[in-house]
Amino acid sequence: MKLLRELLFPLIAVVAAFVVCGILILIIGDNPIETYRLLFGSALSWPVGIGYTLFYATPLIFTGLAVMVAFRCGLLNIGAEGQLYVAAFATAWVGITLANRSPWLLIPLCCIAGVVAGGMWGAIPGVLKARFGSHEVINTIMLNFLAVALLSYFTQYHYKEPGPIMQTLAIGPNAHIARLGRFIPGMPQFIPLNVAFILALISCGLVYVFLWRTKWGYELRSTGTNPSAAEYGGISVRKQIIIAMTISGALAGMVGINEVLGYRYRYYDGFSDNYGFTGIAVALLGRNHPVGVIISALLFAVLQRGGIPVDAFTTHVTKDIVQVLQGTIILFVAAEAFFRGPFAQWGLLKRSKV
Amino acid sequence: MWEILNVALIWSTIRLSTPLILAALGGLFSERSGVINIALEGMMLAGAFTAAAITYATGSPYVGLLAGMMAGMLIAAIHALACIRYQADQVVTGTAINILMLGMPAFLSGAFFLSSGSTPQIPKEHLIPWLPIFIAIVMVPLSWYVLYKTPFGLRLRSVGENPEAADAAGVPVARMRYAGVLLSGILAGLGGAYLSIGQSSLFTRNMTSGRGFIALAALIFGKWRPFQTLLACLLFGFTEAVSIQMQGVVKLPSGDDIPVQFIQMVPYVLTIVVLAGFIGSSRPPRALGIPYQKER
Repeated sequence: MKLLRELLFPLIAVVAAFVVCGILILIIGDNPIETYRLLFGSALSWPVGIGYTLFYATPLIFTGLAVMVAFRCGLLNIGAEGQLYVAAFATAWVGITLANRSPWLLIPLCCIAGVVAGGMWGAIPGVLKARFGSHEVINTIMLNFLAVALLSYFTQYHYKEPGPIMQTLAIGPNAHIARLGRFIPGMPQFIPLNVAFILALISCGLVYVFLWRTKWGYELRSTGTNPSAAEYGGISVRKQIIIAMTISGALAGMVGINEVLGYRYRYYDGFSDNYGFTGIAVALLGRNHPVGVIISALLFAVLQRGGIPVDAFTTHVTKDIVQVLQGTIILFVAAEAFFRGPFAQWGLLKRSKV
Repeated sequence: MWEILNVALIWSTIRLSTPLILAALGGLFSERSGVINIALEGMMLAGAFTAAAITYATGSPYVGLLAGMMAGMLIAAIHALACIRYQADQVVTGTAINILMLGMPAFLSGAFFLSSGSTPQIPKEHLIPWLPIFIAIVMVPLSWYVLYKTPFGLRLRSVGENPEAADAAGVPVARMRYAGVLLSGILAGLGGAYLSIGQSSLFTRNMTSGRGFIALAALIFGKWRPFQTLLACLLFGFTEAVSIQMQGVVKLPSGDDIPVQFIQMVPYVLTIVVLAGFIGSSRPPRALGIPYQKER
C-alpha cells in the first residue's frame, strides 16, 4: 500500500503534466499525440535513441542523487550546477597537466580531482550554514554564479584552446574512458554513452547502502526528519549538514567524469544543460530514493533526447516544450496536495528559512 | 582606473539597477508576507516576453508594459496557489516556475513568431526607456510607506512574522499572502518588461540571465527593507556597469586587461559575506517559508 502510494502521486503528476502540455500544443496548432509519438519514438529507438537517452540520463542520475542526499538531511542543494562545473574543470585540469601519465594512474586521479573539487564547493554552503546559520539556498545560488565567473576566467586566461570557442585544451588520450559502444554489439561508437553511466548506477547502490544500511546514513537522515530530536539523541546537526553538503557536491561533481573523460575530452565553458536544476526535479519526482532517481532521470533524459526530433518535424512545437514539460511536472509533484485532497500534508521537507 | 568614473557610468548604473530594484521590491512584498520567492527570475522572464510580444502586436508600449505586469502576476498566481493553497515547498515551486519560464517564452515565440526563442525587433519609437526607471524610483519610498505606514503593510508584515497571532487578531493570513505574492509578480513583471521594451528592443531567450536571483540577493543584502534594498540594487548595478565599462579600457600596471570576471564576482561574494553575518545580521521574516494552516 505504501509503495503504491509512493508511486501513484508522481505518476499522476507526470500524466497531468503531459495532459496540460498536450492542451498547450493543441492551442498552438499541432497534434499532441503526434508530438509525443515523435518524442518517445525517437528517444526509445535502438541503438541511437536509447544510447543517447542513457547518455543524457547519466548526469541527471548524479545530480539527482546529489540533491537527494541533501534533501534527506533537510537541505536543498540548488548548487549542483556550480559544483559540477567546478568538478568538471578540476577533472579536465588534471587531464591536461598530467596528460602523459599512464591511464591506470591518470583516470583515477581525474575522477578524484572532480569528486574532491565538487565536494569542497558543496561543503562551502554547508560550513556557512553550520557555522553562521546562513541559508544554503541563497548561498548555493551565489556559488553557482561565482563558479561560472571563476571558471570562465581560468578557461579564458590560462587554459584556453586557441580559437573562438570558450573551451580548454584537450586532455591527454590516456585520460579517456571507454564508450559503451565498445562492449555492446550493435551500438555505434559515435554515441557518447560511456563507463560513467555504469558508475552512476553503482553510485545509486552505494548511496542506498550509505543512507539506509550504515550508522552515518541513519544520523544524516535523522537530522533531516527531526533536527532537534537528532541533536537530543547526541547527533551533531552541524556536522551532519557539512557531511551531507560535501557528499552532495561530490556526487554532483561526478558529472565531470561523464562530460570530460567520456564525451568532450576537454572542459567546455557552459556545457551543463541545467543538469543541476533538473537534478532537483529528478530527486523530487524520484521520491528521494535511489531507484526513483534512476527512473525519473531516465524520464527526463527521454524528454531531452526526444525534444530534438520534435523541434525538427513538427510545424510549431520547438524543443522548448521539454522545459515546459519539466517545469510543469515539478510544479505538480510539489503541489501534490492538489491531487491528494485537502487533508494531506507533505512532511518530508522541514527546513529553516531563507 | 579613474577614467571610467564619469556621467555615463552613473547613467549606466541607474539603467542596470532599474530591473533589479523593481524585482527586489516585488520580492520584498512576497517575502515580508512569509512566502519565499525564488521565482522572481521566472516572473521577470514572463514580463519581458509578454511586454515585447504585446508591444510588437499593438504598437503601444503602454499596453505592452501593462501586459508584462499582468503576465508576471499570472505566474505569481500559480506560485501563490501552489504555496498557499496547496502548501507546496516554496523553494521547489519557485524552481519549477523558473524552469517552466525558461522554456515557455521560447516555446510561444516559436509558435507565434516562427523564431527560435526571440520576438521580432520592435521599432525604436515604440520603446519605453524612461517610465520604468521613474516607476522604480517612486516605488522605493512608496513601498516603504505602504509597508510601514498603512494598515495593509502592518497586516502583511504580521502574517510574515507571526501568522498565528495575526490570525487570532482577525487578519486573513491566506489573503494577505496572496496579495504579497501577486504584488511581487506585478513588480517583477514590470522589471522584466523594462529589459525587453526599455533597455533592449526585443525579447531574447533567457534575457534576464539571473537578474531575478541577483534581485533576491539584493533583497537579503538589504535586510528585507526598501531603502537598504535600493542601495544593494544600486551596488549590484554599479558593479555590472563597471564591468561593462572596464572592458579593454582599464589596464593592470603590467599592461594586461583586468579580467572582467573578477568584477562580476563582487556582488556574489558580498552577498555570501553579508548572509554569514559579517556585515551586521540579516534576519528574515520569522515565518518565511512556512506554510500556514489554520487550526480546525
